[in-house]
Amino acid sequence: MSTTLFFKNKPAIIATSTICGPKESQGNLAEYIETKILDDTFGEKTYEKAECKMLSFTIEKAIENAKLSLDEIDCLISGDLLNQIISSSFSARRLDVPYLGVYNACSTMSEALLLSAAMIDGGYMKNVACATGSHFSTAERQYRYPLELGSVRPPQAQWTVTGAGCAVVSSKGGFLPRITTATVGKVTDFGVTDANNMGAAMAPAAFRTLVNHFEDTGRSPEYYDLILTGDLGALGSRLLKKLCDDKGINVNKNHVDCGEMIYNIDEEEYQGGSGAGCSAVVLNSYVYKRMLERKFNKVLFIATGALLSTLSTQQGESIPSIAHAVAIENGVNYD
Amino acid sequence: MNAKNSNPSYLEYVSKISPKTNEKRSLFRAFWVGGTICLIGQAIRFALEFFFGLYGDILSGTTSIILVGIGSFLNGLGVYDRIGKYAGGGSIVPITGFANSVVSPAMDFKTEGFIYGLAAKMFFIAGPIIVFGVIGSVAVGLIYYVVGLFF
Amino acid sequence: MIDVLLMYIKAFVVGGAICTIAQLLINYTKITSGKILVYFLLAGLVLQAFGLYKYLVEFAGAGATVPISGFGYLLAEGAIKGAKSGLFGAFTGGLIAASAGVTAAVVFGYINALIFKAKSKKN
Repeated sequence: MSTTLFFKNKPAIIATSTICGPKESQGNLAEYIETKILDDTFGEKTYEKAECKMLSFTIEKAIENAKLSLDEIDCLISGDLLNQIISSSFSARRLDVPYLGVYNACSTMSEALLLSAAMIDGGYMKNVACATGSHFSTAERQYRYPLELGSVRPPQAQWTVTGAGCAVVSSKGGFLPRITTATVGKVTDFGVTDANNMGAAMAPAAFRTLVNHFEDTGRSPEYYDLILTGDLGALGSRLLKKLCDDKGINVNKNHVDCGEMIYNIDEEEYQGGSGAGCSAVVLNSYVYKRMLERKFNKVLFIATGALLSTLSTQQGESIPSIAHAVAIENGVNYD
Repeated sequence: MNAKNSNPSYLEYVSKISPKTNEKRSLFRAFWVGGTICLIGQAIRFALEFFFGLYGDILSGTTSIILVGIGSFLNGLGVYDRIGKYAGGGSIVPITGFANSVVSPAMDFKTEGFIYGLAAKMFFIAGPIIVFGVIGSVAVGLIYYVVGLFF
Repeated sequence: MIDVLLMYIKAFVVGGAICTIAQLLINYTKITSGKILVYFLLAGLVLQAFGLYKYLVEFAGAGATVPISGFGYLLAEGAIKGAKSGLFGAFTGGLIAASAGVTAAVVFGYINALIFKAKSKKN
């Protein structure tokens, strides 16, 4: 059974915006990030409020970049990592636009793009804002330990990105990067239980979605200039390549991972970035700009998410993961 | 567990290529930092003995209070988590690590208020230590009491 | 003077060794810091229940009392002493002996949490 959606009207990503914390602003993609904040509380009293403010700020910015007014936004599709996705919902409260809250952990960005493309392709909506973000300090508190606890970060761990990204998807014409197909992922669990090793937990999900996507579309990895996975990190990327190799799919040439790109990887971040903000920032800054410049013309974006909670980990459950693939292409005719 | 597609060969491969903690370095760091904290504790003990003439329970109690005080303060300054990152077990096991596990959640959850935030979450890591410590001590006390009845 | 120096060395070596055991546990079993603290506390408590930990305390001073196992030793020691005076002592002796550490943790913990704010880590 095909899990891939083929969009007839090929909705366009007409504008994006990104915002990043101080650490990310010193990373590899610094020059592509639109708003850099030096203080990761963003002038707010708590980190949760800061995360929410970052998210609403970047949504407003993206809508502004799209030269639209808030009234013209038919829907905001957004999610984040906090309990009951409060950052997204509170942003929607502030912006006062129709809102669909979604959660697929760190793959929320691709989920939102997929849903927005479907809404627009079906003719139900014209302009949809897709946004997601994360904050190191809130995620650390939510999923791990208090910030100041002197605990040792194991070498397989990743670093949650403080940042948010928003893309405005629209039925507008013209030469723009367009969403052509999307593959809905299946929840995959190969039995990894180490909550510090997200890359290993999520690589199989990305692998299965990749395989399904190629089967459904009849495309091969060479079709794409770039296969951009979400936040597998260095270790997860190695595992994905190994899984693909075993299946006879060669992604070595064009695969990159958002988690690996965002920081200058040194000893401290170990495997690279993670979090919903990671793929949102990389896709909406560097990759989108490169697509506008036509340096990349065919990009397959597969954000990956680990669907665990602290409770499930404590109860000894393994980590189920998901990945959705969204194909974004330049130069496809708009009909 | 419920791993739907649990894949033993994959898990094996994961553990093969996952990076390991640098064994010798981590042990060395734990040793010298933990040792140094104990050495400071010993210095405090000597000082209290020499300058204030403390002894016995009061001496060891006062030493604990001072160490916990120093640990909490370093934690507040944001220094102790740095030490922890470097030293691992060397900073967890000394009583300063116990102080760290009390102060850090208290600081973190201050944003949720002073009663349900700060005060309630204060013992969310250290609570089990008190619980097991108290239960264990009562068990030991009762055993000694019962044995004492017969001998 | 030599005695003092020797005591420092013993405290350093024994304290360091206890922490190294904890690090070995972390490296090989991935147990978290909260559990490490509980295990070490119970280890000290059980050893003193058999009357053993006090020899380590006599030998190494702060090297044995500063690690959390020393806290377990205090709890057990207090309960044992209390048991001699009766059932009530057996029940309360442990916490009485450990009261300094617990009270200090609560008081200093509260004060520091009032003064300081949790900071985000840069790395």
